[in-house]
Amino acid sequence: MLGADGSVRPPYSELHNWLSAQSKSGLKRKQEEADSIFRRLGITFSVYGMENALERLIPFDLVPRIISASEWRTLERGIEQRVRALNAFLYDIYHRQEIIRAGRIPAELVLRNEAYLPEMIGHAPPLNVYSHIIGVDVVRVAENDFYVLEDNLRTPSGVSYMLENRETMMHLFPELFSKHRVAPVSQYPELLRRTLKAVAPSGVKSGDASIVVMTPGIHNSAFFEHSFLADQMGVELVQGQDLFIEDGHLYMRTTQGRQRVDVIYRRLDDSFLDPLTFRPDSALGVSGLMDLYRAGRVTIVNAPGAGIADDKAIYTYVPDIIEFYTGQKPILRNVPTYRCGVDQELKYVLEHLGELVVKEVHGSGGYGMLVGPTSSRKEIEAFRQKLLARPSNYIAQPTLALSTCPSLTKSGVAPRHVDLRPYVLVSDKVRIVPGGLTRVALQKGSLVVNSSQGGGTKDTWVLRD
Amino acid sequence: MLGRTASSLFWMSRYMERAENMTRLAEAGFRITLTPDTGDGHREEWLSTLTSAGIHRPFKEKYGDAGGGKALEFLLFDEDNPSSVRTCLRLARTNARSVRTKLTRDMWEALNGTWLAFDKIKPAEMTPERLPDFLDWVRERTSLFRGALLGTILRDDTFFFSQLGAFIERADNTARIIDVKYFLLLPNNQGIGGDVDTFQWETILRAVSAHSSYRHVFNERLLPWNIAEFLILRPEMPRSLRFCYDQLQITAEGLSLHYGERKESEESIVECRKTLRDGRMDDIFQNGLHEFLTDFIVSNNKLTETISRDYHFA
Repeated sequence: MLGADGSVRPPYSELHNWLSAQSKSGLKRKQEEADSIFRRLGITFSVYGMENALERLIPFDLVPRIISASEWRTLERGIEQRVRALNAFLYDIYHRQEIIRAGRIPAELVLRNEAYLPEMIGHAPPLNVYSHIIGVDVVRVAENDFYVLEDNLRTPSGVSYMLENRETMMHLFPELFSKHRVAPVSQYPELLRRTLKAVAPSGVKSGDASIVVMTPGIHNSAFFEHSFLADQMGVELVQGQDLFIEDGHLYMRTTQGRQRVDVIYRRLDDSFLDPLTFRPDSALGVSGLMDLYRAGRVTIVNAPGAGIADDKAIYTYVPDIIEFYTGQKPILRNVPTYRCGVDQELKYVLEHLGELVVKEVHGSGGYGMLVGPTSSRKEIEAFRQKLLARPSNYIAQPTLALSTCPSLTKSGVAPRHVDLRPYVLVSDKVRIVPGGLTRVALQKGSLVVNSSQGGGTKDTWVLRD
Repeated sequence: MLGRTASSLFWMSRYMERAENMTRLAEAGFRITLTPDTGDGHREEWLSTLTSAGIHRPFKEKYGDAGGGKALEFLLFDEDNPSSVRTCLRLARTNARSVRTKLTRDMWEALNGTWLAFDKIKPAEMTPERLPDFLDWVRERTSLFRGALLGTILRDDTFFFSQLGAFIERADNTARIIDVKYFLLLPNNQGIGGDVDTFQWETILRAVSAHSSYRHVFNERLLPWNIAEFLILRPEMPRSLRFCYDQLQITAEGLSLHYGERKESEESIVECRKTLRDGRMDDIFQNGLHEFLTDFIVSNNKLTETISRDYHFA
């Protein structure tokens, strides 16, 4: 909220005045009201490996995060540039592999990567789009200065929180909305529907395309979101057991017999899609789906194999990827990243463990990582052993001077670190909803914003000029 | 609509209806414990309550013959009991969650709020002083859910499948309650008619919340054959077998109209409803009340199978 000189930045001026006028008890009451809205509506998520607390609320912080119109424009341009380049990269590595031939990225990093699916070689999805639904994690360190942490090209979640957080804020603080020109986000489901229709298999008129959202089921941590999105788009929410293949087409089992399915927005990982192609022990997918997909009879969104482009090892090459496919300089920066598999870089990392964030290459959700500055000496030494045992399994990054944002804590309003995940839709064009999910590290000084690690969320306001 | 969605709507309503019925049975059973017992602490009464609920067997497996005092807890809170109020509310919510998108917000909040509050209650806290309020609360919540459903749901297949589940469950429940005490309702029982019998008859009516409405319909003292008629054949009694099948027929016809196709399940419903509409208590007593009820329960169960097949539930 504050600029480098300690003064309130212009986009926050109204909010700052308003916050100063609020009593602690008044804010606390509003916070309780917000929690009860979320609980009643069943906006919960599940935490794996926790007994007795199957469904939890993600803590919601009342104080909105505000982004000025001009900063948003920078972000928007940067994100569009990035997702276009990454889709071009995906097309390339599953076809002629020009970028490997040009020596801009090591072949084994792509071809030996677990996320690289040989099944996808030579297959061109509609409009050559592989990753349609993307949640780019960015952090802001200074005015107009953003870093991308992760690209999330597989099945990014959290968009339902963006929408529900906004609804809740409008319900609780209508007066704040009348004082700000906040860009709406509620068009997201309609844009998602259009995106899915636009990538219908060839031969299916996009207006007639039958769309479904596919979920692993009610025990999945993001089930609320799956059902929310299906509802908002007015399409069926299916599980693998509802789908079957007959006469060369995909169908769902309805009360009136079979009904054709053209586009699947799947919210399960590649390896569960089709037991005949991937994990034979999985009952979540549909037998034969990959064959049907390769025959162009059904579109899977996001495409299988898209995950290779957001692998943490590939991440370090994204600036090169952008230059290679667009001929432009990247607008958004990458966080400088050390590859622990490279001897020189490992040496540096081992010498600076106390200053760095070390992550597993294939990990996600904030598990299995070391945040050097906030870890004890003992924790650092324990992690050192893990790192030495399998260096190539890790990357390391400096901790950034992340933006903070005022947040409601037990001792009143205080600054907390935040990141931002804008949601991007790619089909015939790139669509980005002005806003996104701001995640906040609610522990004082913490940099970890993951909900599985005690992070919360905030409403994110992009101001209109 | 997905077949699985139809199935979830059907079972969601069924479990909510069952939760309500189990609560009524618990109320009626608890009332008995407030009357002077015959020396064995109402053990037999509780066992027959559990039999009405169809959970005598799991109870015996868990407690053997010794568990008289555990009956109420078993009925309300025990997850080992496949039909305890707790189990029913949890399963109703699980089904509802998987079809969230078909429910209105009012329905979901009624159901979800009930489960969240119920889940916090510890059986040990349920002292006899708190019990009546608690049972009232459960019935209020199930009524709220039904009200939300009737008041907000679209009258399309979403509505029809939930109605099918609710009325099949209700018919099953009423038939079981009568069947457990059928011998008390036989006409040749009239010679007894002492205080104990009257009390037993009243308990049957209470288990279906019909003890006061009986007098409005019959305008005379409790008579066993009237009670049997009230619960089996009377169309104005909302928990009678006849009423349930009137509703099932309306629902099945609505569904056929909606889909433009008539299914086998509708034919079974029409047939069963005709039997109830044209039935006379004299004939039923003549041919055996117990046999009549047994046949009814079997055919009502079969109806669930037919519906599952007709509409691709699995």
